[in-house]
Amino acid sequence: MFKADDLAVLPVAQWIQTAIQWIALNLRPIFLVIKWPIQKLLEANIDALHAVPFPIFVLVCALVVWRVAGKAIAAFTLIGLVVIAVLGVWSDAITTIALIVTAIVFCAVIGIPVGVACARSERVWRIVQPILDIMQTTPTFVYLVPVVMLFGVGTVPGEVAVVIAAMPPLIRFTNLGIRMVDHELVEAGLAFGADRRQLLWEVQLPLAVPTILGGLNQTVLTAMVMSVVISMIGAEGLGLVVLQGLGRLDVGQAAIGGIAIVLLAMMLDRVTQKLARSQPGGGALRDAMARLIRGGRGDTAGALPEERSPKEAL
Amino acid sequence: MTERLKIEHLYKVFSERPERALEMLRNGATKADVLRDTGQAVGLDDVSLSVPAGAMYMIMGLSGSGKSTLARCVNRLNEPSAGRILLDDTDICTLDESALRGVRRNRISMVFQHFALLPNRRVIENVEFGLKLRGMAAAARRKRAEHMLEVVGLAHWAGKMPHELSGGMRQRVGLARALATDADILIMDEAFSALDPLIRSEMQDELLRLQRTLNKTILFITHDFQEALKLGTRIAIMSEGKLVREGTPQSIVMEPGSDYVAAFTRDVDRARLFSAGSSMTSLVPIVQRDGWTVLGCDEPGPAFVIDADSRVIGTVSDQQLDALRGGAALPSLDSMFACVPANTRLIDVAAHFGNARAVGILDESGRLVGRLEAGRVLAHIGAGGANGVKHV
Repeated sequence: MFKADDLAVLPVAQWIQTAIQWIALNLRPIFLVIKWPIQKLLEANIDALHAVPFPIFVLVCALVVWRVAGKAIAAFTLIGLVVIAVLGVWSDAITTIALIVTAIVFCAVIGIPVGVACARSERVWRIVQPILDIMQTTPTFVYLVPVVMLFGVGTVPGEVAVVIAAMPPLIRFTNLGIRMVDHELVEAGLAFGADRRQLLWEVQLPLAVPTILGGLNQTVLTAMVMSVVISMIGAEGLGLVVLQGLGRLDVGQAAIGGIAIVLLAMMLDRVTQKLARSQPGGGALRDAMARLIRGGRGDTAGALPEERSPKEAL
Repeated sequence: MTERLKIEHLYKVFSERPERALEMLRNGATKADVLRDTGQAVGLDDVSLSVPAGAMYMIMGLSGSGKSTLARCVNRLNEPSAGRILLDDTDICTLDESALRGVRRNRISMVFQHFALLPNRRVIENVEFGLKLRGMAAAARRKRAEHMLEVVGLAHWAGKMPHELSGGMRQRVGLARALATDADILIMDEAFSALDPLIRSEMQDELLRLQRTLNKTILFITHDFQEALKLGTRIAIMSEGKLVREGTPQSIVMEPGSDYVAAFTRDVDRARLFSAGSSMTSLVPIVQRDGWTVLGCDEPGPAFVIDADSRVIGTVSDQQLDALRGGAALPSLDSMFACVPANTRLIDVAAHFGNARAVGILDESGRLVGRLEAGRVLAHIGAGGANGVKHV
């Protein structure tokens, strides 16, 4: 009988092995260049976050979350962080937070401009879209193979995987957000003589902010997941706690890591969701920032004394 | 009046390669022919018109007639396929990108059907929008925007967000934004169509009031013939991308010229459209003596007597007029008459026929120039005019 295995005559594994070896050997400078900024920022973030004393870190986080996302989520953040400390994995959690913060910076710096370019050029989008499809259908686990080949093992190569895995949602949402801006508003911009730059900054980007923040939420969650997965290639953080627990059949330790990961993920999800939703009709980020700076929770329009209803004035 | 905007043989085919479609249209093919043979949609088919400075020029048509396409060609939100659009002798179609931006920033502004206000900006910032794009300094544009909000009666609403305003108020903001750039041409694309009827009527009155002081050249797109009649100094009617009728509101109602146009004019309230002057019978002096003059005409009906100061003092009947011609003395005059200015709408004149036996028409200086007869008024306000009368 003819078996499926009889067809396995092509030495594809061999070819890929050779190809990767060749790339790793000859294109090494490129990967070093890619790795360099990620390494620098990640190390700086890890050092900085570890340097902040625990009580101050918790209080500042709670305060910022309170201003951005409200009392309930702030309380949750406060309790969650204390619980993580109680569990004894504070240092690992800080490393994971540093991994995520660094990933957000790179995703935003690269993802948003790429998303904007996709929205403004059909040609760019036709090239980027299939790449995003591949990136998003690839299981996070599979990312590790080329990363290890090309960047090696450890926390920094892991961070490269985090950035790559977390980028697609932000590109997609930025593209979508700009394309979804009401056609009449774009026409209004053009009719009043906006050039391409003005159209982007005055009309399209501000109105796309809620959608972009929705993308940020997805990016943060993907980064969270990936920051755990990369423990398999030796990255530090909460993932490593779980992995070590499993390796030693220490279910208790694995569970502690798991609980800390879930708490952290919930905090990040709530805060970024709140950011994306806080104001219908745009201005979410600006309002959140305004609240942060001013300390009040009132909206900008409340500044004028105004008692009349719209109907009366007409 | 000088021409501000002149459109010459304008074509718009929605396609990257309109050459074949244009060729077909020039050889007399219809919109449907072009769609069948090339698969391309025709927006405008050989439209020519000229808009005098200070006109309220209405472009009227049903949806798909090309009226919005035409207006959007003027500021090139739609790129014309062929033809010329002359703005004071400059062909807008040939402008490069930066010159076009200059025209959009300084010469032509626009009001949108669904207001198109930026939802994330306050009312005052929305009004400033055009000025900001132009690069005006913050303080100067804020001052100008505040002034414009005052003009449209929304000075107290500057700090509100657009979603806090009602539809009518939002469109006032849209209008203020368009007026703020001080462009002399205003494109209003179905500007009042999204408003409910009462507010719409109010906004129309407001626009007429503003136009008296601003004297802009306004290109107003509408699908509502009543609106076109109320606002327009001239009306262009579009169908299937073609201009089918162009003229003053009165002339279009009097002579629709085609069944398509007649369908719009059928329901028009002519009593509100036409003035007393348009259906009067002219009067000329017939008998003139010391201190008084009798004004009359060939047709039977009351004749008016005026004194030396041209004041109407009464009327005389046909028999009395004959007697006066024969040299008789002035009889006792009938004082059951009324006089109205020539620009009075027929609807407002109608009531006078209830208690006056004669209605006189005065010109701008208050001189009697004609007489209004109930029968002629009725004939004038009847739909379809005399041509529509069927003899049974």
